[in-house]
Amino acid sequence: MILVVIPPHLRTLAGVRGDVELEVDGEVTRRSVLDALEARYPMLRGTIREHVAGERRPFLRFFACGEDVTHQPADAPLPQAIASGAEPFYIIGAIAGG
Amino acid sequence: MSNVRVLVGTRKGAFILTSDGKREKWDVSGPHFAGWEIYHVKGSVADPSRIYASQTSGWFGQIIQRSDDGGKTWIQPGTPAGEPTTTPEGVPKGESNKFLYDASAETGKPLTTHQWYDGKPHPWEFKRVWHLEPSLDNPDTVYAGVEDAALFRSTNGGQTWQELPGLRGHGTGSLWQPGAGGMCLHTILLDPGNRERIFVAISAAGAFRSDDAGVTWKPINQGLYSQYIPNPTAEVGHCVHRIAMHPSHPNVLFMQKHWDVMRSNDAGDSWQEISGNLPTDFGFVIDVHAHQPETIYVVPIKSDGEHYPPEGKLRVYRSRTGGNEWEPLTKGLPQSNCYVNVLRDAMAVDSLDSCGVYFGTTGGQVYGSADAGETWAPIVRDLPAVLSVEVQTLP
Repeated sequence: MILVVIPPHLRTLAGVRGDVELEVDGEVTRRSVLDALEARYPMLRGTIREHVAGERRPFLRFFACGEDVTHQPADAPLPQAIASGAEPFYIIGAIAGG
Repeated sequence: MSNVRVLVGTRKGAFILTSDGKREKWDVSGPHFAGWEIYHVKGSVADPSRIYASQTSGWFGQIIQRSDDGGKTWIQPGTPAGEPTTTPEGVPKGESNKFLYDASAETGKPLTTHQWYDGKPHPWEFKRVWHLEPSLDNPDTVYAGVEDAALFRSTNGGQTWQELPGLRGHGTGSLWQPGAGGMCLHTILLDPGNRERIFVAISAAGAFRSDDAGVTWKPINQGLYSQYIPNPTAEVGHCVHRIAMHPSHPNVLFMQKHWDVMRSNDAGDSWQEISGNLPTDFGFVIDVHAHQPETIYVVPIKSDGEHYPPEGKLRVYRSRTGGNEWEPLTKGLPQSNCYVNVLRDAMAVDSLDSCGVYFGTTGGQVYGSADAGETWAPIVRDLPAVLSVEVQTLP
């Protein structure tokens, strides 16, 4: 079980409270976590990764175990603590504007 | 007695204001989609229970919402509640949020760039839906005006969207430039007398018309004069802020341009200025009385650099003569220290016998008049900044 923390606006959109729990098949990477998140909550398609190229939206960043993994390869394995569900994977909206 | 439903989009959610035909007491519901920018909310004429909303965010992109019960409940039409969340192939849905420019060789006449603010070529990039215009006949058909400027259509209740590529591809698209608010297609007018005819307006490209249901388009900007562009009478490049039409006279169009209030008597083939005695002819909104095709309303704004009413007095100006002769309407509106703006999609009229007029401000007030503008009162006064106001007159 993977834990994912999503920004409040996306919680509203997906109709969830608190952390999201996901089952991820295979290796736990940023891509596989986001694929599982969008499969479970299809209304989030396009809100984290753009529709066309599937690239991260500019004002979003990803953190794992206190580390910014935004610019690491999408298929790089995430830390074991994320894969085991001991630590959540964070999707953070950048603080831009007021 | 008829009822009125006012649909308000704001910087931080949507609000629905309802009243009976007296329009004295109002119920307020919302915020719907709290915290999100709601650029536009509009109901279907063919089925007033059907309402579409454009929900958007600089962080999270574009969401389309739909209500089938007059705004009580909402769905994303690509992911309806209770239906499978993936296609039979296992692909997640969410199609209603997807606006992909047509780049096909067959229909797209691929266009890769428009002009940026500095005149350099800039790729087309989808940002948001500014305006949703439901079909006059079919509640499942709805048009979307988007930034960067293009026109999309859905024929399945907003589940999927296809661009009408003839607009971007008709020949002048590479010359279009963004206005200060972005390069947005903000106005869509459907001609009730000719279902093949559609008008759109783009800031800052100008006005365009299709006479074949959106397949082919031509610019309709002859007579516009914009001193802020290199060629003030250019075929395109004019910062049109809003166009309005009375359904009984669809060849007569009224335009609030960046500067200048304009009128066309020939479906946009030519325009004449009708600013007349307005204190300033800058502004954003323009609308037409529901029963008097020559009675029009604007809200003059001081200038393009000072987006608030002149002298701090919030005044709606009305012309009963189709322009040139204007009278200020002030009763019930603040006449000192008022420095709000009224954005381009934030005025609408109802169709009750005594025509109601409504507008919203960037200060969060929604004002209504139940007597065609003679007197005004705030329906609500402390909403987030208002982006759009639409009205449904219900039986």
